[in-house]
Amino acid sequence: MSTIYILWLRQLKRFVRSRSRMIGSLGQPLLFLVALGFGFGPVFQKAGQGNYVQFLAPGIVAMTVLFTSIFSGIEIIWDRQFGFLKETLVAPVSRLNIMIGRTLGGATVAVLQGCIVFLITLIAGFRPMDWTLLPAALGFMILIALLFTALGTAIASVLDDFHGFQLIMNFVVMPLFFLSGALFPLDDLPRILSVITRLNPLSYGVDGLRGTLVSGAHFGLGLDLGILAAITAFLLILGSYLFSKIQI
Amino acid sequence: MPIISVKNLTKKFKAFTAVDDISFDVEKGEIFAFLGPNGAGKTTTIKILTTLRQPTSGSIRLDDKDPAEDPEGVRRSFGIVFQDPSVDDELTAFENMEFHGVLYGMEKTLRRKRIEQLLTFVGLWDRKDDILNVFSGGMKRRLEIARGLLHHPKVLFLDEPTVGLDPQTRNHIWEYIQRLNREEGVTIFFTTHYMEEAARVASQIAVIDHGKILKQGSAQELKKATNTDSLEQAFLSLTGSGIREEEAGSIDHLRMRHRLWTRR
Ligand SMILES: Nc1ncnc2c1ncn2[C@@H]1O[C@H](COP(=O)(O)OP(=O)(O)OP(=O)(O)O)[C@@H](O)[C@H]1O
Ligand SMILES: [Mg+2]
Repeated sequence: MSTIYILWLRQLKRFVRSRSRMIGSLGQPLLFLVALGFGFGPVFQKAGQGNYVQFLAPGIVAMTVLFTSIFSGIEIIWDRQFGFLKETLVAPVSRLNIMIGRTLGGATVAVLQGCIVFLITLIAGFRPMDWTLLPAALGFMILIALLFTALGTAIASVLDDFHGFQLIMNFVVMPLFFLSGALFPLDDLPRILSVITRLNPLSYGVDGLRGTLVSGAHFGLGLDLGILAAITAFLLILGSYLFSKIQI
Repeated sequence: MPIISVKNLTKKFKAFTAVDDISFDVEKGEIFAFLGPNGAGKTTTIKILTTLRQPTSGSIRLDDKDPAEDPEGVRRSFGIVFQDPSVDDELTAFENMEFHGVLYGMEKTLRRKRIEQLLTFVGLWDRKDDILNVFSGGMKRRLEIARGLLHHPKVLFLDEPTVGLDPQTRNHIWEYIQRLNREEGVTIFFTTHYMEEAARVASQIAVIDHGKILKQGSAQELKKATNTDSLEQAFLSLTGSGIREEEAGSIDHLRMRHRLWTRR
């Protein structure tokens, strides 16, 4: 227990201390919110879909959680490069506990970041339909965060240097985000896109957030919850396994 | 019964053999020095003994446990100071120590007491709340050593522990390690390029080169066997006086360059 706690605490301290990283990771969601939210607003409205900021905000929150959590997971590459990983790996602590501590730490950071962006969307004019559903929205944020921290850890465990980083950015993170329904409604999509978005776990996260914050879940909250929970459990197990195979 | 027993250990990286069929025993309570030129395979051997890498073949017992079968059990028996940096630059000196103590399940009062004692010992207690990125190289090195000494394991691995430290600090630290060995019976397994250091503290010395153990014995025995009168001369007579990089093939050459560039 105390080992999980200390691993968790470390991630949190690193997050709180690096203001530049924190501010840097707020820039992107802000840009998307302003440029897309206000830029596409009129077109969206004309198409009879209502207020775009209202639609987009949950997507932007999901994006923030996605980015932060994947990067928290991938931080293992840094730890390996700067040597700290060795210190954790020779300690008499089970790999599963290390994985749990790291994942909880990364996920906490991602959820905090998501909450900050949620507050920013409020400033930009977003209004949740039903404030009492906010805890449920928080629950979805936590699931998204756990899922993608575990994914980041799994990926980082099989990469051994920085060079794979750009690859992950372009072929994992960006597609996950753009093909998720964070930016556009999932109704009446072309067949291929519809299949892809259904295979993307983030789609269910975005849908859950939108369902709880704005109403109108595409897949239904029950399905969102079930799929996210199942994939998270799977990735946690896979991540622990790959993590336990790391050689330095 | 020896506390470390290595039989026919081999480690290959693709076609290159870094550790080539070595066997040796380390007795309980011994101070064992592992000497060899750059690239001899010392760190690779230590990484295998400490469960960070899998051997290609061979068998190991450490405190009567097999790292391949019971890595967690083995990890409970040893402590290590790495050759390369392994502290967290974004935490303070105190937090690095605390992190270690908690991971090793040290009870709080003992942990806090020893953290203060060791940080004072390496002259960092005044700086305990500074984040490491403002520390000098030597200060970080001292912290690494203090951290390695925090929990008292059965076997302590020290991979070039004193590199980059001034002679005062070096002597000071060796006195502490020797006391730990004497009073708590901690077995010490260390590598160094300072021959006089090895001659002074080690009861057993193994000389390794190109992944093979060339000779093993006390400093006295090594000098006698090579007909020399200092450990340094004995070492040179065993391993030759050519510089390692010259001998390495072009691939190794590139690899070493690459490592020098990519390492911070
Ligand atoms: N991950 C790796 N991949 C390929 N070759 C490696 C790897 N790690 C080590 N080697 C090679 O194995 C050999 C032994 O390296 P090792 O680090 O064990 O040497 P060492 O005796 O500790 O040397 P030094 O005194 O310089 O620390 C070197 O030739 C090195 O290039
Ligand atoms: Mg070495």
